[in-house]
Amino acid sequence: MNSTPLLRVDGLTKTFRMYHLDSMLHAFEGVSFDLHEGEFLLLRGHNGAGKSTLLRTIWRSYLPVGGHVWYRSNHGDIDLANAADVDIALLRREEIGFVTQFLNARPRVAAQDIVAEPLLLAGTSQPEALDQARHWLDQFGVRPELWRAYPSTFSGGEQQKVNLARALILPQKLLLLDEPTASLDVGARAALVRRLSDLKAQGVAIIGVFHHPGDVAQLIDREINLNTKVVADQSEEEDNVAL
Amino acid sequence: MSLDMSPAALDRAAPRLMRAEPLLTMRDISKTYGDVRALRHVDATVYPGEVMGIVGESGSGKSTLLRMMNLEDTPDSGDYTLRLPNREDGNLFDLTRYERRMLCARHIGIVYQNPHLGLLMKHSSSGNVAERLLIAGERSFDVLRAKAREALDASEFPLSRMDARPIELSGGMQQRVQLAKAIALEPALLLLDEPTTGLDVSVQALVLDTLKRLQRDRKITMVLVSHDLGVIRTMADRVMVMRHGEVVEEGLADQVFQDPQHNYTQQLVHAKL
Repeated sequence: MNSTPLLRVDGLTKTFRMYHLDSMLHAFEGVSFDLHEGEFLLLRGHNGAGKSTLLRTIWRSYLPVGGHVWYRSNHGDIDLANAADVDIALLRREEIGFVTQFLNARPRVAAQDIVAEPLLLAGTSQPEALDQARHWLDQFGVRPELWRAYPSTFSGGEQQKVNLARALILPQKLLLLDEPTASLDVGARAALVRRLSDLKAQGVAIIGVFHHPGDVAQLIDREINLNTKVVADQSEEEDNVAL
Repeated sequence: MSLDMSPAALDRAAPRLMRAEPLLTMRDISKTYGDVRALRHVDATVYPGEVMGIVGESGSGKSTLLRMMNLEDTPDSGDYTLRLPNREDGNLFDLTRYERRMLCARHIGIVYQNPHLGLLMKHSSSGNVAERLLIAGERSFDVLRAKAREALDASEFPLSRMDARPIELSGGMQQRVQLAKAIALEPALLLLDEPTTGLDVSVQALVLDTLKRLQRDRKITMVLVSHDLGVIRTMADRVMVMRHGEVVEEGLADQVFQDPQHNYTQQLVHAKL
């Protein structure tokens, strides 16, 4: 493993300002950790502890109010917390993936086209992109008769399978997972764990929030408990580091 | 390559990864109509291949800004540059009326909310597209016809109706003719002023899907004005929020909608159904 971290989160702090209530909501403060290539970090904590907020702050859907998120990109080192929007957009296209539990289904776009889109944007030919899209839809258990249908009418579970196929079709350097197994059946969960295991073996670093962490127990290297702010190494519990 | 974690490095301004220069740069644009300050010191930057959304309430200045981008009007102050091949940078507001017309015909396409502004309603649909090509210097009838056909097809306009006049077409079809006219010369910049407002929901979805496909396949840079936050959220990579002629917030589309920083943006997002 490369000893230089892929990601160094340093003193990251997020507060929401709510004008209509004339108040501030403190999500988390001073979170710090390192993440290396091929590592799987689990975020733990009770509801409202800030797990999803931390993921979204690293992804930059939420703007941090303090701290740094140093990331080793293919283009150079960059602080995601303070990077220009166009740089964040570039990294989202090429290196960093974010998987939520909800599919952003566009009207009148077929499932296979939604899944193929990241490949098309990356320059893959249409036939090749569609072939891969069908492969991953199949892997996640979406029936072939649904591949050309519009997911806006699918069940929540079927939509989530399309969502995962799209999110994981293009290998990234860093994956952020926000409860990706919610609403999945057993077969799709197994397919997701297989895919994450392959990606991890390829060096993809993963930070995840899981409603049932047991789903991915064999993949977890370390975890952070956002209630106590303690980092726990799965293999060396005595090395716990207070944040 | 390594992460430099020294305090000096941590304090250093974040380096830029994006190598591309902006396609569109506007600096300090202000415009007053009588007593109304339509635009106040507006800056705008749009990068190649991205969709920039502009949202705001009626009268916020978003359509005025779009008209400035289309060189239909001149601000009281401010600079506007487009980075185009074989063209030196310079303030486009310094161009003559003829130069503006030629530059827009070749490099900028526009789709208006009102098709009457963008189309000759009593000419054929293919003729409307061909008119754009004529202004840019194309003279061969066969080439005009072929290019008009190709642009209409790319805009998902039924070719069996290409000789119908826009006045005979539905609103959604008229928008497709406008779109075909706008993309006929593969513009560097496509301006969209409320392109789906007034269309019923299913037709709106068709037009948005066509725009998304054009943006993906042809890498056309777009500026999209809409008061419909759902349309902006579906289409835009980045968003500018305007109010009273000023840009009050700018950011990645998901950030602006999920974590709005300005009081007005929060009101706008919370008011969305």
